[in-house]
Amino acid sequence: MLIELEKRKEPSTAMLYLTPFIAVIATMLAGAVIFTLMGLDGLGAVRKIFLAPLVDSYKWQDLGVKAAPLILIGVGLAIGFRANVWNIGAEGQYVMGGLAGTGVALATWGMTGWWILPLMCIAGIAGGAAYAGIPAFLKTRLNVNEILSSLMLTYVAIQVLYYLMRGPWKDPDGFNFPQTRLFSDDQILPTVVSGTVVHLGVPLAFAVAVAAWLVMTRSVFGFQIRVVGAAPAAARYGGFNTNRTIWAALLAGGGLAGFAGILEAAGPFGQMVPQFPTGYGFTAIIVAFLGRLHPIGIVLAGIILAVTYVGGELAQSSIGLPAAATGVFQAMMLFFLLATDVLVKYRVRFAAPARAGDAT
Amino acid sequence: MTDSLLISIIMTIVGAATPILLAALGELVAEKSGVLNLGLEGMMLIGAVTGFAVTATTGSAPLGVVAAMIASAASAGLFGFLTLTLTANQVATGLALTIFGIGLSALAGGNYVGQTVDVFGSVFPASLAEHPVLRVVFGYSPLVYVSVLLVAGVSWFLRKSRAGLILRAVGESDISAHSIGYPVIAVRYMAVLFGGAMAGIAGCFYSLVLTPMWAEQLTAGRGWIALALVVFAGWRPIRLLLGAYLFGAVMTLELHAKAAGFSLVAPEFLAAMPYLATIAVLAVISARKAGKLLAPACLGKPFKPSS
Repeated sequence: MLIELEKRKEPSTAMLYLTPFIAVIATMLAGAVIFTLMGLDGLGAVRKIFLAPLVDSYKWQDLGVKAAPLILIGVGLAIGFRANVWNIGAEGQYVMGGLAGTGVALATWGMTGWWILPLMCIAGIAGGAAYAGIPAFLKTRLNVNEILSSLMLTYVAIQVLYYLMRGPWKDPDGFNFPQTRLFSDDQILPTVVSGTVVHLGVPLAFAVAVAAWLVMTRSVFGFQIRVVGAAPAAARYGGFNTNRTIWAALLAGGGLAGFAGILEAAGPFGQMVPQFPTGYGFTAIIVAFLGRLHPIGIVLAGIILAVTYVGGELAQSSIGLPAAATGVFQAMMLFFLLATDVLVKYRVRFAAPARAGDAT
Repeated sequence: MTDSLLISIIMTIVGAATPILLAALGELVAEKSGVLNLGLEGMMLIGAVTGFAVTATTGSAPLGVVAAMIASAASAGLFGFLTLTLTANQVATGLALTIFGIGLSALAGGNYVGQTVDVFGSVFPASLAEHPVLRVVFGYSPLVYVSVLLVAGVSWFLRKSRAGLILRAVGESDISAHSIGYPVIAVRYMAVLFGGAMAGIAGCFYSLVLTPMWAEQLTAGRGWIALALVVFAGWRPIRLLLGAYLFGAVMTLELHAKAAGFSLVAPEFLAAMPYLATIAVLAVISARKAGKLLAPACLGKPFKPSS
């Protein structure tokens, strides 16, 4: 039997929205099989990673906290991906945003006032955007591929973090541990639901996604981004400036990654530590694709990936599944999504071979 | 500077250059056929862990290298299936492959952390391999000589052989190549599989030669430097050799500066050096407009014969 692909006249909208769910289910099935073959408890791993966090209402607050940075970064990256701008250095921009905000926190040490936290957030956004400005500059002025430059800068950002933690920003009363002072009460995000860990960053992330949705669908800017990505030639005829789009896409992506960074620093971390880069910037790439580069889809995808994080931790403590398993599941999800993408563009037909020996 | 220090510096440069040269050479062939595989880092890690595991189990390093080539080529086959057969976006698929490789290698290598194997070192007699001066020629792992031979081989293949001409035609104009009757997808599959096998050797150069052990993310982003190297070399194998040794020198500078207790600049700055150097080099190369002209015309674009 042969599988034949027949191009659809129009991409299938139904498949566009259906395939992310197919991908998640396929990941669960394939994960169970693969992990069993590897001699691990495959079914148990899938149940813990994908279902346990949803069933256990006590874990919902963790889902919100994990989803928030993924949604913020994913929304920003999606703007770039739509314009064919491949910023994959969000992890570095996230670190730089966190560091810029931490700089404000350390500079305002001992001060009080409601203005400190907003200032930290502005610094975080500016820091992330400025760091994404480097690949934007290199791309528009010197034609440097943004994939490579933004990724290289991630490694540099992590070294900057290490330098600041071991040197200038080390807590003077911290027994020589490489980390900053704890942020003060005016530098920490308040919790929005008392008695939980849900901080202000969680509703902010959802609000940003809705705002991005409005911008992308209702504004000229959103239209420009979509046209430049979908039909670059048409965009040039239409008078849209490609370089300006590259700048806008990278600054938006970097700004939101930086925002996610400072919200993490002022939220769950409450200080800056060398363990700050946790890979959200890379996982957010999966989130952006799984969410079909659509802000609302990204909210859903962010929650799904948050489930795998929280579930992965549960599986570690309960059935001793290695931490790396979470990453394997997350990558598999993207693989399956990309594989099922073919259903959007093509109709799959199963046909018997026409003639024997003509199979090639 | 004493001679022995000079010799040990040269040998460190060769050690640092060889894996990125091997990985970049495979990527170059894939890119020449029109396929951009950003999964290099992931494939290298899969090769590194496979090579180590097989060597630790069987005691045979050559067997480990072969296993690494097979495992990495298999992961490249997965990439090929998604991007070539199912026409998925190459950038996204490559990133997925890297994330997958990082996770899978960490998962598979969990039991091997802390173990060691014998270094896959020189096969020449000790009188040559450990000679104070001659070791600069004879003191390397066989993989080092293989890498140089492969550069010559790939260079010849792409410029002089008929198959190489077809591969370049497929990368420059897939539609024309298809209409003349060349099997575009099959050629690209082979190029991608070759890239995977090379990444496999590159990966196990880390786990069998440089640091004969396995640790999570052992390749530490060198796959991305190899990707940049292909651009730097303008898709030419001989230039790739020069570029790899240049990068090897930059990385060695970091090691020796650290060892010598060099304290004028922060060690973090030295650790960031290879990445900053890569960006600087890319900026110089790309600004000359050469980059765009040299890149294969169909790089990164999916091909689906509309038959």
